[in-house]
Amino acid sequence: MLSKRIIACLDVRDGKVVKGVNFEGLRDAGDPAALARRYNVEGIDEVVILDVTATIESRQARAHTIAAVAAEIFLPLTVGGGIRTEDDAAAAIDAGADKVSLNTAALSDPDLITTLAKRYGSQAVIVAIDAKHVEAGLQSRLRYAVFARSGQTGTRRDAVEWAREATDRGAGEILLTSIDRDGTKGGFDCEMTAAVSDAVNIPVIASGGAGTFDHFADVFTAGHADAALAASIFHFNEQSVAALKQFLASTGIPVRL
Amino acid sequence: MIALVDYGAGNLTSVRKALNAIGAPVWTPAVAGELGRAHGIIVPGVGHFDSTKALTDEWRTAIKTMVEDGVPLLGICVGLQWLFEGSEEAPDIKGLSLLKGTCFNFTQHVNGRLKVPHVGWNSLEITRPSRLMAGVTSGSQVYFTHSYAAPVIDDTAAVCEYGVRFSAAVEHDRVAAVQFHPEKSGDTGLRILRNWANLSRRSSGGA
Repeated sequence: MLSKRIIACLDVRDGKVVKGVNFEGLRDAGDPAALARRYNVEGIDEVVILDVTATIESRQARAHTIAAVAAEIFLPLTVGGGIRTEDDAAAAIDAGADKVSLNTAALSDPDLITTLAKRYGSQAVIVAIDAKHVEAGLQSRLRYAVFARSGQTGTRRDAVEWAREATDRGAGEILLTSIDRDGTKGGFDCEMTAAVSDAVNIPVIASGGAGTFDHFADVFTAGHADAALAASIFHFNEQSVAALKQFLASTGIPVRL
Repeated sequence: MIALVDYGAGNLTSVRKALNAIGAPVWTPAVAGELGRAHGIIVPGVGHFDSTKALTDEWRTAIKTMVEDGVPLLGICVGLQWLFEGSEEAPDIKGLSLLKGTCFNFTQHVNGRLKVPHVGWNSLEITRPSRLMAGVTSGSQVYFTHSYAAPVIDDTAAVCEYGVRFSAAVEHDRVAAVQFHPEKSGDTGLRILRNWANLSRRSSGGA
């Protein structure tokens, strides 16, 4: 049976993992390659590098980070953050990324999804959607409003409609982040995740809100997610990937052990 | 040296990296004529079966000749599908026909119950002993990403199920192929690549 995937996200700035990392046994706790090595041992299914240093000068530094992480793992590796153009995507893939994640660039230039899908295949193109609930009645057309630029700019798009369009344009997976839940550790947004997952025929990765093992079980059952992504819950060593997977298996959710 | 055939079907970085990690020297031949010095040939690929049309008659003949001379061949993903007779994905394009059968789309088998493409880690059922899958046990998981699959045939060494049973690994004499991505399948994938690379070392007289 196809396993539900657990994905670790490394938020990187200037070559270092941000969101304060502090666990034993790592000499340089902010080193993305060291973290990736650890996750690999613990049984992570995929790794995402989200590079928040989105300047032109940083492209070389980003390539260095990607290559360093790629050297540690033989797992699917996704790179997002600052992928604005076909050249950015090509640089990330040449450095060792298997997939690129487009967010703001896909919103402002949806043709980029198709261009990259044609060049590298749909499996290499993830469209990341940051969205939050809209109060009923305010804007009747929107249920889940999509935001660009790290949640700062409204777009008038609905997450379900945008996910459908991105799929039609050639996206291979959707990475759906709940702005409402991000950083709260209050659980994934299962309602929004299920709405998007049921609307498209490609995998949906849920993100934002992971705090406990039960949250992961919930998003795979009630949320219909194909994969779940988390960052700080793993970085702080609050929860080990291996223990999480054992828990999920014990509840009957298929995972890779 | 292992020839990694680049026909423009996506990104070869991770395959090259995995071969480096297991100590198997690799190069990408620029023309079919270079294949003559290969001790093993890998046809990788992600994406559309249509892209295999870049493998012209010259390449097809060179690859077939090498296999007849005893050089091990490994197809990965679309590379596996190309070793069959063809695919519903691009009916006008012929496969190499080293393996019997035509590749099919999952959609007709999953009835809307499952998403297509099939993306992620799924378990293998080892159906017969093979050199390629030596040491890999049933239940081991590997990483897949594909919408089309090859039927289960006599040469199938491992089966996977996603709404329908399909060939996950195939071995017929010097011809081996995997539908999953060994280069992205952790330790299990590296073991499979190592098994295959050892065959190519033998074909080169132990170099």
